[in-house]
Amino acid sequence: MQVGLISLLDGLVYGMLLFMLASGLTLILSMMGVLNFAHASVYMLGAYFAYQIDQWVGFWPALVIAPVLCGSIGAAIEVWGLRRVHHNGHIAELLFTFGLVFIIGRGVQMIWGMLPMAYRVPAGLDFPLFSLYGENFPAYRGFMLLVSGGMLFTTWLLLKKTRIGLIIQASLTHPGMVSALGHNVPLVFTTVFAGGSFLAGLAGVIAGNYLTTESAMADAMGPIVFVVVIFGGLGSLAGCFTASILMGMVQTFSVVFDYSFADALKPLGVTLAANDLLGEILTIPMSRIGPLVPYALLILILLFRPRGLMGTRET
Amino acid sequence: MRFPRSFVRIFLALLAVALWGPGARAADATIKIGYIDPFSGAFAAGGDASLKMFQFIIENINAKGGALGKKFELVTFDDKLQPAEALIALKSVTDQNLPFVMSCVGSNVGSALIDAVNKHNTRNPDNRVLQLNCGQLATELTNEQCSFWHFRFAGSVEMRAVARIKSLPASLKTVYLLNQDYLFGQSIRDDTKKFLALYRPDIKIVGDEMIPLMQVKDFSPYITKIKASGAESLLTGNYGPDLALLIKAGVDAGLNIRYDSYLGHVIGAPTAIGAAGDGRLTSVMEIHDNISVEENNAAQEEFVKQWRTTHDFGFIAINSVTQFDMLVRAIEKVGSTDPLKVALALEGMEQKDMFGAVNIMRKDDHQLLNPYYEAVLTKGQKYDVEKTGMGWKTEFKTTVADETLPTTCTMKRPES
Amino acid sequence: MSEATQAREARILPARPAAARTLRYWPWLAALLVSVVLPWLFYDWQHARHAGFIVSVLSQTGMMIIFALSFNMLMGQAGLLSFCHSVLFGLAGYSTVHFLNAAGAGELPVPMELIPLLAGLSGLGFAAVFGYMATKQRSTAFAMITLGIVQLVTTAATMFHHFFGGEGGVKTDRMIDNSLFGLKYAHAIEVYYLIVAWTLVAAIGMYFHTNTPLGRMANACRDNHERAQFVGYDPRIVRFLQFSLAGFYAGIAGGLFAITYEIVTFDAVAAPLAANALLMAYIGGATTFVGPVLGAILITLMQSVVSLMSNSWLIYVGVLFITMVIFAPAGITGIILKHAPIMRAGLMRRLVLPYSRVLVPGVIVLFGSIGLVELLSFFTIGRAQGKRLELFGQPLDIQSAVPWLICLVCLLGGGFWLARESRQFKRIWDGLMEIAQPGGTP
Repeated sequence: MQVGLISLLDGLVYGMLLFMLASGLTLILSMMGVLNFAHASVYMLGAYFAYQIDQWVGFWPALVIAPVLCGSIGAAIEVWGLRRVHHNGHIAELLFTFGLVFIIGRGVQMIWGMLPMAYRVPAGLDFPLFSLYGENFPAYRGFMLLVSGGMLFTTWLLLKKTRIGLIIQASLTHPGMVSALGHNVPLVFTTVFAGGSFLAGLAGVIAGNYLTTESAMADAMGPIVFVVVIFGGLGSLAGCFTASILMGMVQTFSVVFDYSFADALKPLGVTLAANDLLGEILTIPMSRIGPLVPYALLILILLFRPRGLMGTRET
Repeated sequence: MRFPRSFVRIFLALLAVALWGPGARAADATIKIGYIDPFSGAFAAGGDASLKMFQFIIENINAKGGALGKKFELVTFDDKLQPAEALIALKSVTDQNLPFVMSCVGSNVGSALIDAVNKHNTRNPDNRVLQLNCGQLATELTNEQCSFWHFRFAGSVEMRAVARIKSLPASLKTVYLLNQDYLFGQSIRDDTKKFLALYRPDIKIVGDEMIPLMQVKDFSPYITKIKASGAESLLTGNYGPDLALLIKAGVDAGLNIRYDSYLGHVIGAPTAIGAAGDGRLTSVMEIHDNISVEENNAAQEEFVKQWRTTHDFGFIAINSVTQFDMLVRAIEKVGSTDPLKVALALEGMEQKDMFGAVNIMRKDDHQLLNPYYEAVLTKGQKYDVEKTGMGWKTEFKTTVADETLPTTCTMKRPES
Repeated sequence: MSEATQAREARILPARPAAARTLRYWPWLAALLVSVVLPWLFYDWQHARHAGFIVSVLSQTGMMIIFALSFNMLMGQAGLLSFCHSVLFGLAGYSTVHFLNAAGAGELPVPMELIPLLAGLSGLGFAAVFGYMATKQRSTAFAMITLGIVQLVTTAATMFHHFFGGEGGVKTDRMIDNSLFGLKYAHAIEVYYLIVAWTLVAAIGMYFHTNTPLGRMANACRDNHERAQFVGYDPRIVRFLQFSLAGFYAGIAGGLFAITYEIVTFDAVAAPLAANALLMAYIGGATTFVGPVLGAILITLMQSVVSLMSNSWLIYVGVLFITMVIFAPAGITGIILKHAPIMRAGLMRRLVLPYSRVLVPGVIVLFGSIGLVELLSFFTIGRAQGKRLELFGQPLDIQSAVPWLICLVCLLGGGFWLARESRQFKRIWDGLMEIAQPGGTP
């Protein structure tokens, strides 16, 4: 029970972090069909910018400035890069973002060096919020939940209650029709891309001091974010949210789950030893293969329900 | 598809120009050592740090005249921590007739190199190369996989484990093991269990966890498990982000536990742990900045000061200093850089390290035997580490005799 | 019809007299000759042996040619973007290591020359298994399934010891003493010629595949998936078969990899290798058969040679993609093919002067940008590593502003000059195309 409740909270925090990162990517992928590999790189930039601004000014200004910087970088990428490449097809756009990954990755190393950055939780938030079964729940995690929840609410508000939000929603599912109706779809694209990058940057600011800020952070987060986006389904932020929380919970709970398939078979009187590959697979405990589970889930859902959990469009 | 002939000619010319450069013959004026490590990609920080320490060491050696009147020079190759790339780099090393090849990061790369060097030296007896291992620690490399052409100048995981277990406080009764799931981490786990059973049978292992390498971002679920187990100490061979995040999560959760690590002193971890880690983190290391103060060694304190003026991470490569001292002695003794002769001279050599302890390069398995210091990271030390305000303070020290462990190595020696 | 497809049609459709047919194969013969002779150009006469590094790079190039061609069977020909192609390559490599170990122990009486065939068959088997899952979908869903597969298999390869050997990988000795030609394969040059032979075989196989009904239907499914169904073929079966055959050829490449390096680790199945294949195929030109070959040669050269000279080679690769993607989406062969009408009209000579006028500012811009990247990289990373920055043998002092200014001037000045020359070039080009193809689409 104790383990369950704590893991629930931890899973929620991790899931909300994933959601912050994945929501921007969902918007970009759903609307423009661009597999934006550079999304995780923008997340990394957000963390580095926040570190630098934190050094010069402070954390709270960084919370505002860094995501704005990332948003502008996103807009620049879209206007000067993706727009030119758009007519060459999806693979061209993918490769473009690919090239960006390399450049940003090496660029970060060149500017800030190879060591992890000493980007710390601000002193104002560095205390335990409450204690659950003797284990502290840090205030900063509560702050993370607050920010991601607030961001979710703001995004929902923007999309549902404003005019530009209506246009964006329509472009998510019927981009061609929206263009035919006379809206400035390129501007909408740029806005969405900038908005997605803003969210990624914000995620970087929040997560950079919770996790470590180093040049490998983009490679670490990249794949899981894609899994979340595709699993949740294109064109649906609610699906993205569900998928993020689900993945966060799965990752968290699988760690505490020390059993393997072989243990499930034991009551049936079947004992397995790790003598060959099959035996090894069946006797490995869940806690060790936890990181594999999201990918397995992704494959399963794509096989049987290619539009994802709540997708409104066929991929 | 019709290629114009001129196109083919231009292409060949470019190819020739591009490829001729690296194939240049080695000059005889310096002793060149091929150095293969990751210098790009996610693990670049490791190679970068090692390179800086080597440059420092080689400057000092060259200032004293080098060996046989020639200076040492490093020729670096980037293996991106991939064994296949390291093997390509090795080809370049043997191509340029470099007599020595050195590599510090990644036991998987080290293992691949041992194999490749063996095969190369057997198949090409006129162009041999000697492998100097400066930091690939898996115990297997000087046991099951030992080789005549491989010399390890860094203590094996086994040796570290001895120091780790012996330095645990007598009052400790329960430990939780957590390690990275690959060759090195598995080596740590196996040796930890072996020596716990041997030296501290009173300690109970209440948990044994293997995590995927560099993949876990959120360690809170692991902290929950550790807390539920009631362990007093977390015994871990993690390094890099895997260690930093683990300790961060533990400190955030208010877990009252010792963090007894194997590699907590490696670059990056003290920065990530921060002030909350005061007095909690212990590690097993070959050297730290405050030993010279504790042992009243003025010459070594001078060395520390000189290093600290230009670097913001601690100097941990004492064994590399010993390595170069031994190499210089061996080369001068045999009067050449021929790998076979140098190898025979290195075997069994005894050399005083920076603090005067006599290290031995054991002939049976080509493993350097050196002492270890177990230290705790705490405030109030003369030299802090990575500008955190905390420094290492020695709690326990092992001797070379303590570290002389049996080996299963059966080395095939070359005929000539 | 796009020009690329037109050009391809012109090359592939038969209907020529016998003598011209033989002459049509001269590129293959030329390539074979070049690859056989090339190592000898770098022979180290002083030490009476081959330049090991050159042979290594050439061997790697050969393997990557097969790999990139097999990848293009999926991307260029069938429109399937597969991120898990490295899985087929790597799993075949692992299998080959086990085959070689069995052969060395006398349990498998297969000569070394046929081991790549076994590797290909194991690649085929794995492709059938994974392909059954992946080809259930197409387009983006297919790509995402392959992404999931590659992550799964990579993590599994680091975890499990049986078959994968865990993180350390599996090793073998290729001197199994069983050869059709009595070769021992002790020397890298012998392995290189084995690779040349198999590269030729694989390339011929894949080339003829493009002319088979399956190859053509794959093109059809790529171009118009709905209409292909009306022809009567099930696109799913077409995708599945194409995927499996691509796996066969990738397996051959994996087998050669295992033979050459005698060790296979998890990075042989990991995503970066699949990304490499994507790069090679795209940069070389995915719309032609020979494009991936050029791409493989270029990328392997960049990775092996440029990374020796600079640690910032990743940036150069990134900039290369972006430039290609924006200005030359059909790859290098696309650029070459664009010249086809002008070549046919015999007007190539008129392009020599415009090209040289563009080349000069182009080289200056290149010099300036590479200089800036290297200076910046040296400033923050290299200097601390104790390296010296040398240009043509002259040491540079990065503290002074001079090198920075020179590079900046080259970049900006050269950039403006290049922009002006490009406009002029475009005018001349358009004019020539007008002459070569009056009223036709450029």
